[in-house]
Amino acid sequence: MSKEVLIAARDLSVHFPLRGLGFGKRPVVRACEGINIEIEKGSFFGLVGESGSGKTTLGRAMLKAAPISHGEVIFSDDEVTYDLSSLQGPELKDYRKRAQLIFQDPYAALSPRMTVRDIIAEPLEVMGITSNRDETDARVREIAAKCRLNLEHLRRFPHAFSGGQRQRISIARALVSGPKFIVADESVAALDVSIQADVLNLLNSIQQESGITFLFISHDLSVIAHTCDFVAVMYLGQIVEAAPTRKLFSETAHPYTRALLSAIPSLDPDDQHVAQKLEGEIPSPINPPPGCRFNTRCPHAQERCRKEVPEWREVSGGHNVACHFYQELA
Amino acid sequence: MTNPLISVKDLTLRFKTDEGLVTAVNDVSFDIAPGEVLGLVGESGSGKSVTAKSLMMLNAENSVYEEGSQITLRLDDEEIDVLSLRRPREQMVIRGGAISMIFQEPMASFAPAITIGDQMVEQLLIHSDMTAAQAREVSIEMLTRVGIPEPAQRFGQYAFEFSGGMRQRAMIAMALSTKPRLLIADEPTTALDVTIQAQVIELMKDLVREFHMSILFITHDLGVIAQTADRVAVMYLGNLVETGTVRQVINSPAHPYTRGLLNSLPKLDDLDAPLTPVPGDIPSPLDRPSGCVFHTRCVESDAIAEKCRNEIPLTSIDGANHRVACHLAAQGDQP
Repeated sequence: MSKEVLIAARDLSVHFPLRGLGFGKRPVVRACEGINIEIEKGSFFGLVGESGSGKTTLGRAMLKAAPISHGEVIFSDDEVTYDLSSLQGPELKDYRKRAQLIFQDPYAALSPRMTVRDIIAEPLEVMGITSNRDETDARVREIAAKCRLNLEHLRRFPHAFSGGQRQRISIARALVSGPKFIVADESVAALDVSIQADVLNLLNSIQQESGITFLFISHDLSVIAHTCDFVAVMYLGQIVEAAPTRKLFSETAHPYTRALLSAIPSLDPDDQHVAQKLEGEIPSPINPPPGCRFNTRCPHAQERCRKEVPEWREVSGGHNVACHFYQELA
Repeated sequence: MTNPLISVKDLTLRFKTDEGLVTAVNDVSFDIAPGEVLGLVGESGSGKSVTAKSLMMLNAENSVYEEGSQITLRLDDEEIDVLSLRRPREQMVIRGGAISMIFQEPMASFAPAITIGDQMVEQLLIHSDMTAAQAREVSIEMLTRVGIPEPAQRFGQYAFEFSGGMRQRAMIAMALSTKPRLLIADEPTTALDVTIQAQVIELMKDLVREFHMSILFITHDLGVIAQTADRVAVMYLGNLVETGTVRQVINSPAHPYTRGLLNSLPKLDDLDAPLTPVPGDIPSPLDRPSGCVFHTRCVESDAIAEKCRNEIPLTSIDGANHRVACHLAAQGDQP
């Protein structure tokens, strides 16, 4: 396995200022704070966390679709190297071809007034990738076939399709510009399980065939476990643990990850394990708790957790955790 | 065995639409015993919610219950024929009286401009003889019971001031404050994060024990079902295809559709197991397949495909309470 990194965030923060009251400092939503991740070329990188943890914002920052307040995001493929925090003009346009997004809700993401052919062809025309209609059509057909859409489908409008088919159309649109990097934001959350499996299999086969790097964002750990090579767990704007998938499940180090894992309802009716309860709810990112951000809900929190921000420490090769006491808790 | 609390028999429900009559529920029968949790599973469009809503006569104006459909609710001293209740006054017994319902989207189910407390008090005033002060006391007690901190203060707040998990808990508190005999929970945890979902499931289990009520639990999440239900009913395109105890259905599913659902789930204890989707999409209810409704997507029926296309499978009984509507199972695949 090559250790080439396609895209990396270094000390990345995304802050959204709120409207102030006129005096003093304006309140700021700290959606992401001090994020460090490296996504290897050709990998399926999973990002998991509760709603409000900042996973979508992080995904968007990596596409330069959210403002980067601090730190940098470096994208480098075989041809170019971009620093996203200062990227603009023609280079930003070029980056849009190389990095794409698949949305969560396939019902809202497709224009009801465009045929499927036009939806898939739009990026080609806007980005000027193809020069004439024949070329565009050929490219659309090629991508559509990859996503198991036939010629008949291309003439129809989105309302004629079911959720799974619509998600395949969204995937085709993301693929058509030939990207190197795709952010899939909760792409299967709105689908029924039988169709979810179909879309996951499709994403996996695309990744294997074309070597596209995926950032797969989901709140569902079992889906992440099945598709991703590497998982990062986010809590309140920070990454608390990151590891190769198997290690994360077998050598869980952070108490939050452990709570998430135990909260997944087991398929075995005789499984009597009681979900490890987390008290309360995720705090507000406007005023995050001092020290370790998880200390308000952590069953093992001690004085030190309320004062000191935990360092990002290596547990073993490729497995990192931000917790003062992970060794004692193991 | 005690008498079931509610019996649904041969329920067929159609909707009048511009395109003609759409069959949403087809010949569905099931019972729920007192204190039992029945899980109702199926994909979107399978008719789960419509079935549940018919127990409270909540379906839209254009619904037509077919002749012969019967829903019987047995209370202490009387039997109520639910489908014969026409006037709102008569329906009070099933709407918020003996039956309560919690919905999937807690934000959409609370009135945004009335405080949570006022909404809880209002229904208590309608369904019981309490005075306003008593109703207030009971409501605050229920809010405490479902684990909402500072309930007296929360009582005067609006739905937007609650977080998602808290709203769902307030919804449960409200539904339970009238002490219903049957609670219908329509995807109550789908919009919640797993950690909050675990809290809500735990709470519902406690409450079943404490109040000894029955629950009709609708969800598409088989994991949630495995952890909460006593019995499971699987629906597909308006038909019940399999019913049985939770162990029978999840550990030895008898219908190809149930097997398909289980095979398409990612399993945490075996990360290498391939995900096998159920091929194709659920057909339009306007264009219901002939014979077995599942035959267009069934991968196991090759040998007797002709039969599946033409004949409606009868529910066969396999073991004590394990029922399945499939020609394959009827043919003697099972012992």
